[in-house]
Amino acid sequence: MTFSKHSNPWRKFVVAGLLGLPLTAMADWGLNLTRGVTPYSNTVYNLHMLILTLCIVIGVVVFGVMFYSIFAFRKSVGAKAAQWHESTKVEILWTLVPFLILIGMAVPATHALIMMEDVSGADISIKVTGYQWKWHYQYLDSGINFFSTLASDSNMARQLNSGVDPKTVPNYLLEVDNHLVVPINKKIRFLTTAGDVIHSWWVPALGWKRDAIPGYINESWANIQTPGTYRGQCTELCGKDHGFMPIVVEALSEEDYAAWAAKMKAATQHADAGAAAPGEVVAQK
Amino acid sequence: MSETATDHEHDHHDHYPGGITRWLTTTNHKDIGTLYLLFSLTMFFIGGAMAMVIRAELFKPGLQFVDPQFFNSMTTMHALVMIFGAVMPAWTGFANWLIPMMIGAPDMALPRLNNWSFWILPFAFTLLLSTLFMPGGGPAGGWTMYPPLVLQTGQAFPFLIFAVHFMGASSIAGAINIIATVFNMRAPGMTLMKLPLFVWTWIITAFLLIASIPVLAGAVTMLLTDKFFGTSFFSAAGGGDPVMFQHIFWFFGHPEVYILILPAFGIVSAIVPTFARKPLFGYSSMVYATAAIAFLSFIVWAHHMFTVGMPLAGELFFMYTTVLIAVPTGVKVFNWIATMWQSSMTFETPMLFALAFIVLFTIGGFSGLMLGVTPVDFQYQDTYFVVAHFHYVLVSGAIFALMAGTYFWLPKWTGHMYDETLGKTHFWLSTISVNVLFFPQHFLGLAGMPRRIPDYSVQFADFNMVSSIGGFVFGVSQLLFVAVIVKCIRGGAKATNQVWEGAHGLEWTLPSPPPYHSFTVPPEPSSIEGGMR
Repeated sequence: MTFSKHSNPWRKFVVAGLLGLPLTAMADWGLNLTRGVTPYSNTVYNLHMLILTLCIVIGVVVFGVMFYSIFAFRKSVGAKAAQWHESTKVEILWTLVPFLILIGMAVPATHALIMMEDVSGADISIKVTGYQWKWHYQYLDSGINFFSTLASDSNMARQLNSGVDPKTVPNYLLEVDNHLVVPINKKIRFLTTAGDVIHSWWVPALGWKRDAIPGYINESWANIQTPGTYRGQCTELCGKDHGFMPIVVEALSEEDYAAWAAKMKAATQHADAGAAAPGEVVAQK
Repeated sequence: MSETATDHEHDHHDHYPGGITRWLTTTNHKDIGTLYLLFSLTMFFIGGAMAMVIRAELFKPGLQFVDPQFFNSMTTMHALVMIFGAVMPAWTGFANWLIPMMIGAPDMALPRLNNWSFWILPFAFTLLLSTLFMPGGGPAGGWTMYPPLVLQTGQAFPFLIFAVHFMGASSIAGAINIIATVFNMRAPGMTLMKLPLFVWTWIITAFLLIASIPVLAGAVTMLLTDKFFGTSFFSAAGGGDPVMFQHIFWFFGHPEVYILILPAFGIVSAIVPTFARKPLFGYSSMVYATAAIAFLSFIVWAHHMFTVGMPLAGELFFMYTTVLIAVPTGVKVFNWIATMWQSSMTFETPMLFALAFIVLFTIGGFSGLMLGVTPVDFQYQDTYFVVAHFHYVLVSGAIFALMAGTYFWLPKWTGHMYDETLGKTHFWLSTISVNVLFFPQHFLGLAGMPRRIPDYSVQFADFNMVSSIGGFVFGVSQLLFVAVIVKCIRGGAKATNQVWEGAHGLEWTLPSPPPYHSFTVPPEPSSIEGGMR
């Protein structure tokens, strides 16, 4: 962005400002999209990198020509303005080339989309319901169901002028009382809906988000391949505490998941016998 | 078509009432243009103050200054004020000042409508801003007003709806006036394909306004009846459909974003050839590209809603049409650069802002292309990546073009040259800080930070602090813009008629400042050049 010889020191300053500061922060967390832990999220990551690379290459070429012009065709170095204009050939060329690049992009994008929209053959179905401001999970096959709300230490620290340093809270704003526990290597179908206003359920590691809309049930799926804890947040403005209804997915090996499910099921039956509220069920987890 | 507009009864006298009465009752295109521009500048600072509250709260993790509800009303009001109060009225202000001078007319076609369309605005924004002091606070459901959330708004709700109606009425009246003016008041010899591109882009914008604003009015009226009269257009429990609102809203909303940016293309297409001293490379392809963008803007709306859940065929259709917009937009960028090739450039403040526009708007275009690809949008949607994208196209896009245009025509409007050193200082501070402000937001979004949240996980702390520092510097830098304008109005070196060595077009044949009624006698047809100059 330098247009005169006087501003060279500025350019160095800008580059330092834009690149230097983020570099120090990179140790903390990434600059880029996550690869995620599902085949779909990897497809999305590759598509993201493909388009990003295309944009960078086009940007370098286009801005390169522009900055060369700014450098070479300055009046101050005696450039004389030509008076030519219009060329149908050039116009057709710079319409067709971007069009072909777009087709090249659209092909893998279409494949990825078809993959995402195929929710058939699911092993487990989980209904996800958004409420102001918590999530409710219901395992349709086993009847396990519970609410998931912001962890209490985060909730205390996030109050206005709480005096608690967020850095001292583990997983500040990204921890919940009850994790959504799922098995790895299973096709899990998520049915998303909402009980009051629109929410959106997003775990970046799964590679997608889906809106939770009252009156609608949206379908999406994930097949997690690595055990671990994956965190996300509500991504549709849903009122005052929109920023405070995180999502935590805990992916377990099949055996661990079976053990967890058996324990939860027993607790549910026990609670049903005692006619307890769902809240108490999860307390026994 | 091109009637001569000479026989105006006030031809020979410029007298008008003094003081406030002049501004309340004026039907003069320049006075009304000035009113629009000053109103817009005021709103820019009010909306900017709200942005400062947002960036202060996001400076570090934890809530330090405002509660989440007020934070949400700040993001909502910031958007409404900036879109409807700052950018749209600024374009109408430019249109008022420039279109009669550019087409060789004495004034706008409908001067009384012109007065009315401006004076609606202060009332609209008084209504809107007053909601901040009402029980329940200002609207906090986002500028997109999605139900059911927006129906939870307190007493502010009907005021929000009526304010939107007012703004819409003002915009439609302004658009009708511009269309009537261009189609009826062009000087003899000013054929459509000789119109300056600013006039062309505004004509197309005016049609977009007329086609899209009534749709918004319908959508918000249905919200109003849902809230107060027992209808359930958007309530699933009553047989309605909350997603239908989003379809209607974005059928307005996507043309709306081109309403905000098309006149910017016109301004950049005027400034680049002037300071390159070379004709615009492809005038007619620029006109067709603008028309193509306007057409496409009506068939891409659902790309704002990929994550609401659509049939596969719908998602594919909206992905293909969306990425297709890159083609005519690319044509524009390539045209500007081809204009610079083998030219003879100088870098006065208007040119600096126009060049920054080309680079930064294109960066916003790239992120727009990325967002248009449905499967990856499932990751980007509603994160800071989107926030970075639309601020690149609206701040370093639309607003930079407004600043470029202001510096470009300020000597014509005031009769004085502005302070070039102050102007360049304003440019460099703005350009550097706008990037420090918005570039890190790409990283925040990719790393997983949702938009519209008042507090965030500590992993997002560093880039938010950088972004806030950029925001504060950008905010303070805009005081320099005001200083330049005030100084230029008060005095300065006398501006010539042509002002810039490379300037072509009818407005540069008039004295600086121009007479109260621009062309009381139509210009010589031989003085009308093609619009590529």
